[in-house]
Amino acid sequence: MTDDPIIRVRGLVTRFGTHTVHDGLDLDVKRGEIIGVVGGSGTGKSVLLRAIVGLLEPQEGQIEVFGESVRATTDAQFRALRRRWGVMFQDGALFSSLTVRQNVEAPMREQLQLDDTLRETLAGIKVRMVGLPENAMAKYPSELSGGMRKRAGFARAIAMDPEIVFLDEPTAGLDPIGAAAFDTLIKQLQASLGLTVFLVTHDLDSLHAICDRIAVLADQKVFAVGTMEEMLQVDHPWIHEYFHGPRARAALSTATQEGTQ
Amino acid sequence: MNREKGALDKAVSVSITQDKLTLRGNLLIDTLMSLYHDGQPAISDDISSIDISCLSQMDTAGAWFLVEQRAQAAQRGKPLEITGATPAQAQLIKTVERNMPPADQSPLPPPSIADRFEAFGRKVIRGFRMTVELIAFLGQVIATLGGIIRHPSRLRLTSVVHHCQEIGVSAVPIVALMAFLIGVVLAFQGSAQLRQFGAEVFVVDLIAISILRELGILLTSIIVAGRSGSAFTAAIGSMKMREEIDAMRTLGLDPVTILVVPRVLALMLMLPALGLIADISGLIGGALMSWIELGVSPAVFQTRLVSNTDVWHFSVGMIKAPFFALIIGIIGCYQGMKVGGNAESLGRLTSASVVLSIFMVIVVDAMFSIFFAVVGV
Repeated sequence: MTDDPIIRVRGLVTRFGTHTVHDGLDLDVKRGEIIGVVGGSGTGKSVLLRAIVGLLEPQEGQIEVFGESVRATTDAQFRALRRRWGVMFQDGALFSSLTVRQNVEAPMREQLQLDDTLRETLAGIKVRMVGLPENAMAKYPSELSGGMRKRAGFARAIAMDPEIVFLDEPTAGLDPIGAAAFDTLIKQLQASLGLTVFLVTHDLDSLHAICDRIAVLADQKVFAVGTMEEMLQVDHPWIHEYFHGPRARAALSTATQEGTQ
Repeated sequence: MNREKGALDKAVSVSITQDKLTLRGNLLIDTLMSLYHDGQPAISDDISSIDISCLSQMDTAGAWFLVEQRAQAAQRGKPLEITGATPAQAQLIKTVERNMPPADQSPLPPPSIADRFEAFGRKVIRGFRMTVELIAFLGQVIATLGGIIRHPSRLRLTSVVHHCQEIGVSAVPIVALMAFLIGVVLAFQGSAQLRQFGAEVFVVDLIAISILRELGILLTSIIVAGRSGSAFTAAIGSMKMREEIDAMRTLGLDPVTILVVPRVLALMLMLPALGLIADISGLIGGALMSWIELGVSPAVFQTRLVSNTDVWHFSVGMIKAPFFALIIGIIGCYQGMKVGGNAESLGRLTSASVVLSIFMVIVVDAMFSIFFAVVGV
């Protein structure tokens, strides 16, 4: 069963009015991998994420997660399915009226009958796992920095021990040190919790550092999927520009340096 | 970590042979509670090892359970071993162990009386500070208005007209309907009382004086505070949240000139007009009900209104209108400027703006009543 894709998208078509975002998009995500989804602005990376987690109804196409169709389910089936993934939105999307710990507790509170101290303990473990300090637990999102909000959002996404986490631009808006730390965090938690990570990103360093495979959105499809080495061979003007531009070369040289050390 | 379909329903089971405890099934966040009875885990003291090789699944909560049991056993002086973990499970247990809560977590002491006094004191100081800031803001707006009178070209005329449309013209139906119904209610209630004394015709004076002097403008102000005052706070507040106000300042544009003055000015122009509409509409409602209920014909109503009700009553209402407008506008814009970075403060300040402006309008109305009574008009 490990060979079956955990996420399977076939012939996805999404349209907003007359503007077509995806036209016959196919994508497979394997269990246990970190897949990075890249593409220019407006190529529908976040739209793809939203379609997979059921926040957006595509015009056509099949989306299967864990072998079950996301679109053709009853409400109860969808609720059970949804428990098996977690989503971290850009900038965390924390509930502003709850503290960090309460934010992480929120999904547990909704879906499980746990007693209060147990729930608090488990939420506390998740908050520490993402590397937030002890005193951040009782803080409100407005009192946190951008990087801490993202970490708290990540903690909420993994609150229910999901099998897949969807991360929407986790390193955007972080300073390089914070971004690298977040990459390490994703890699670490992926290993210890056995996660499959669906990563929407612009960050070339993240792609080098943690992604097993990269999917490039271009021309309203997934134009190419593969490892970094394979991407460097693809002959498409945008992809070539993206992976051979000055920033990409810088990121690549750092990654190789770190690799040889 | 591979979970089969429908595995969530499977429970966890415990079996004990001598001092070895074996866990079977799924040790997950959903099944964890079944191991507890009355808040105590169903694990006795004389266990020396827990075997988890028969577990089909274990998540963070499950790992926490094992780590917690081990820690408690160590405290009792009887070490507990966890055996049979797969490499992935062992790593998860290690990760959880690193992130366990610190041991010395003493709960916060309950607030003492001194703390309560302190909190109260802070509230009072905050109230004073807000009053000072509000007055400063009023001064700033008046100074800007003064500057505009000297240099009329600075006035954003398009903006003023737009706000007049929003505040005034769009509010006409609701204000007219509200005043009409108030007139109807006054006539209805008044007639029931006045009939007892055979003084039905005085209903005209009752309606005219109460609507022209007080109710017309007061209720219009309350509706406008709810409609436009909240809209000011929300509009300016969301601009503040998106740093538009800061952007204006860096471009050398004055937010008070651009955002506040047109709104306040439009409100001061439109509130008297809406008050006038409310007066007329209230009188029509009252006249109609007097006719139906008491047989006071519109002609009699009109004659009595013109001969017995001094026009000064109408003037008293109209004099108050610009002051009310100023209060609503200043409070609405001030609260908008106070919005911080999050959505919650926007909501809180929007409702605070409505409550405070309605309250202040009523306070000022009472002050006017006293003032007019003292000067004898």
